[in-house]
Amino acid sequence: MSTIPAELKYSKEHEWIQPQADGTVRIGITEHAQGLLGDMVFVELPESGRQLATGEECAVVESVKAASDVYAPIAGEVVESNDAVVDAPELLNSDPFGDGWLFVMRPDDPSELDGLLDADGYAALVAEES
Amino acid sequence: MSDLRQTPLLAEHQALGARMVPFSGWVMPLHYGSQIDEHHAVRRDSGLFDVSHMALVDLRGADARRWLQSLLANDVARIDDPGRALYSCMLDEDGGVIDDLIVYHLGQDHYRLVLNAGNREADLAWMAQQQAGHDVTWQVRDDLALLALQGPQALARLTTLWPELALPGRFRGVSHGERFIARTGYTGEDGSEIAVPAAQAAELWRALLALGVQPCGLGARDTLRLEAGLNLHGHDMDRSTTPLESGLGWTVAWQPETRDFIGRAALVAQREAGVARQRIGVRLQGRGVLREGQPLFVGEQAVGQLTSGGFAPTLGCAIGLARVERGVATQGLEVEIRGRRQAVDVVEIPFVRPTQGSASEQVKPSSKE
Repeated sequence: MSTIPAELKYSKEHEWIQPQADGTVRIGITEHAQGLLGDMVFVELPESGRQLATGEECAVVESVKAASDVYAPIAGEVVESNDAVVDAPELLNSDPFGDGWLFVMRPDDPSELDGLLDADGYAALVAEES
Repeated sequence: MSDLRQTPLLAEHQALGARMVPFSGWVMPLHYGSQIDEHHAVRRDSGLFDVSHMALVDLRGADARRWLQSLLANDVARIDDPGRALYSCMLDEDGGVIDDLIVYHLGQDHYRLVLNAGNREADLAWMAQQQAGHDVTWQVRDDLALLALQGPQALARLTTLWPELALPGRFRGVSHGERFIARTGYTGEDGSEIAVPAAQAAELWRALLALGVQPCGLGARDTLRLEAGLNLHGHDMDRSTTPLESGLGWTVAWQPETRDFIGRAALVAQREAGVARQRIGVRLQGRGVLREGQPLFVGEQAVGQLTSGGFAPTLGCAIGLARVERGVATQGLEVEIRGRRQAVDVVEIPFVRPTQGSASEQVKPSSKE
């Protein structure tokens, strides 16, 4: 069973969302997702300043097996993306909740975060899909 | 996955925590943690694959040789010396590739075919259709497991395990007790494929792993064969393509002209008319991953598509095999990935040559047998 940190929020597309002290949110893919995809070999991230709608395709993570779209879990503006994972996609495998983060957004409407899954909800989703 | 067939090594894979996936009707290990680490192990040292899903078919009969000379595009007369192996395509009347296979000459009137798992039923049905009037019978050896031990240190590991074993030369095999040990493989590295009674498979698997051999799944098998420029049936060729369009012209034995193998007339006609398509190897410039099915362009003209593609761990970039119009300009070739064009270089096949320093360097390569 893969790790599902209790303090994070989750999307149904296997992304994690971590609220930051400054009101932004950091986004990545879950350990479960990286495990399904296998060794990562390519990552493409949205540029800072890009405005994203909820559910918009905004990044691609590609493993030895397949390419997978990453969707914006909430609406907002991209304020930072993780150049380190572009250079070393294997960070998504080795540290999906840490150094393998993908990008940071400033939510248009912080209350949208309330609609995301909590750890228990995500665990139930994983159990349902496997 | 309950309706899938299981190899005798399923419990071993599960005990190692393999990620198991359905493949051609079988439940098979995709990887045991990291596909890329497994790939590197085979290029740098040694790796062990369970390939028991492949169909081993033993042929016997006074007409076995003559029949195979008709059934296969390559000529088993090239392996009249028992113990030798031959790679060949099995063609339909139109020259389309029903399957590609290895045939071993085991002894007098006795051959073994190794068929792709996914083509097993189609191959056997085709063989049954062609059998009439020939004194030949066959048996599918589901009582055997097949292990592939591959890499520059593979044969050294084998000799550690069995010091008395006289290693066969390349593309040859020897019996060893109830086992048949062949110097063949699908990774571009030296190594061995070992057919072993199913009941002994787990013991052999564990003994090799205990010597430090890395267990490897189908994922690494695919990237290794791609780097080695080895076709995968159903992707790089199938019944809609001939060997001449798939980079396999070297496997067609044209001589003697009197040998009338199935598909010969179609290949001769195609050769005379000019082969319209060819296989090329491509490497992506810049970042990204090449995948099967991606289209290739020169300017606005579509010129072909990738038949295999992926990230090549040894090279650290994306490579692919493609089928394109013959004689296409290789300058300005572009691939379309998710709606965007990216430049590719046409490169020599194989993309990666066998690792040097293996025990077998003194043996002349004979991959074109």
